[in-house]
Amino acid sequence: MSFPLAAWRALLRPGDVLIAAAGLAVCVHAAAVLWQGGRPETAVVRAGGKVVAEVALSAPRVVEVAGPLGTTRIEIQPGRARVAADPGPRQYCVRQGWLTQAGAVAICAPNEVSLSLTGRGADYDSLNY
Amino acid sequence: MTHSTIELLPSPKDRRIARHAAAAIVLTVAEAAIPLPLPGVKPGLANIVTLIVLARWGWREAVWVALLRVFAGSLLLGQFLAPGFFLSLSGALASLVVLGLAMHLPRHWFGPVSHSILAAFAHIGAQLVVARLWLVPHDGVFYLVPVFALAAVVFGLVNGLVAARLLEELGGGTPGDDKGKEAVRPA
Repeated sequence: MSFPLAAWRALLRPGDVLIAAAGLAVCVHAAAVLWQGGRPETAVVRAGGKVVAEVALSAPRVVEVAGPLGTTRIEIQPGRARVAADPGPRQYCVRQGWLTQAGAVAICAPNEVSLSLTGRGADYDSLNY
Repeated sequence: MTHSTIELLPSPKDRRIARHAAAAIVLTVAEAAIPLPLPGVKPGLANIVTLIVLARWGWREAVWVALLRVFAGSLLLGQFLAPGFFLSLSGALASLVVLGLAMHLPRHWFGPVSHSILAAFAHIGAQLVVARLWLVPHDGVFYLVPVFALAAVVFGLVNGLVAARLLEELGGGTPGDDKGKEAVRPA
C-alpha cells in the first residue's frame, strides 16, 4: 500500500501548518528562555572582603568603591560589568575588560576590591584568567 | 443459580466505545514496549484513536474512549495509581478539554493535525504542572520544556496525519464533510 508524500501533504489544512509553526515557535522560545546558562544577573562588589554593593545587571550604572589606595570605579551595563578605573599599580582588573559570564570575577588586589557576576544558571563556579 | 432480573443491554454506542477503547488500549500496551529516550517523551499513538472518535462520533465518546484507555491501559501495565497513571490521567483530561474547544475551530482551516498538536501541548502542560506540584517540587522540571514541546509538535503532527489519513479511508474526516454528525452507521 503506497501513500506518496504529496498525499500526506494534502491532509494538512492551512491552519494545521499555522499551528505546527506556532508549536515550533513555542519550542524555540522555551529553549531560548530556559537554556540560557551562564547569563549573569547580578554584579557583586566587595571591598576588604565585605559586600558593599549588589547591583542587578539591568540598567547602566557606575559604582564607586573606596579602598586603601583610593577609589575603584565599577561600570555596570545591561548584561555586563567591568572595572573602569582602579588606583592599583598593574591594572590587571581593569585590563580584564567587560565581564559577561556568570561566575566571572575581576579582582583588584592592591585596592582590596573585587567584582563578581552571579547568575542562576552559572556554567562555572568561578573563572580564572 | 438464580437468573438476574436486571438485564443490561449494550447499545450500539456502547459497543462502539468498547471497540475503540480496545484499539486504544492495544496501542498503549504496544507503545510501552518502545524504548524511550526520556521519561515522558512518547508518541502517544492511542491518541490517534481519540482523534478519530472525536471527528466521527463527537466529544463525549472521545472522552469515554480516552479515559477507558487511561484506566484499562494502566491496569494492564501495572501502573494503576502509580505516579505515571496520574500523569497520564492529567494529560488526558487536559487534552480532552482542549479537544473540546479545538473541535469548534473552522473545519475548513483546522483539521485533525491541529487538534492533535493542540492536544499534545495540553497533555505536556498538564503533566508538567502535576510533576512540578507533586512529583518533582523543583523548577528543574521546566528545564525539559523545550524537549517536551518539540516532542509535542513532532508526535502531534505525525498522529494527526495518521488520524487524518484513517479518517479519509473511513470517509468521515474530509474537509467540508459533516463528520461525526451523521446517524449511527455500521463500522
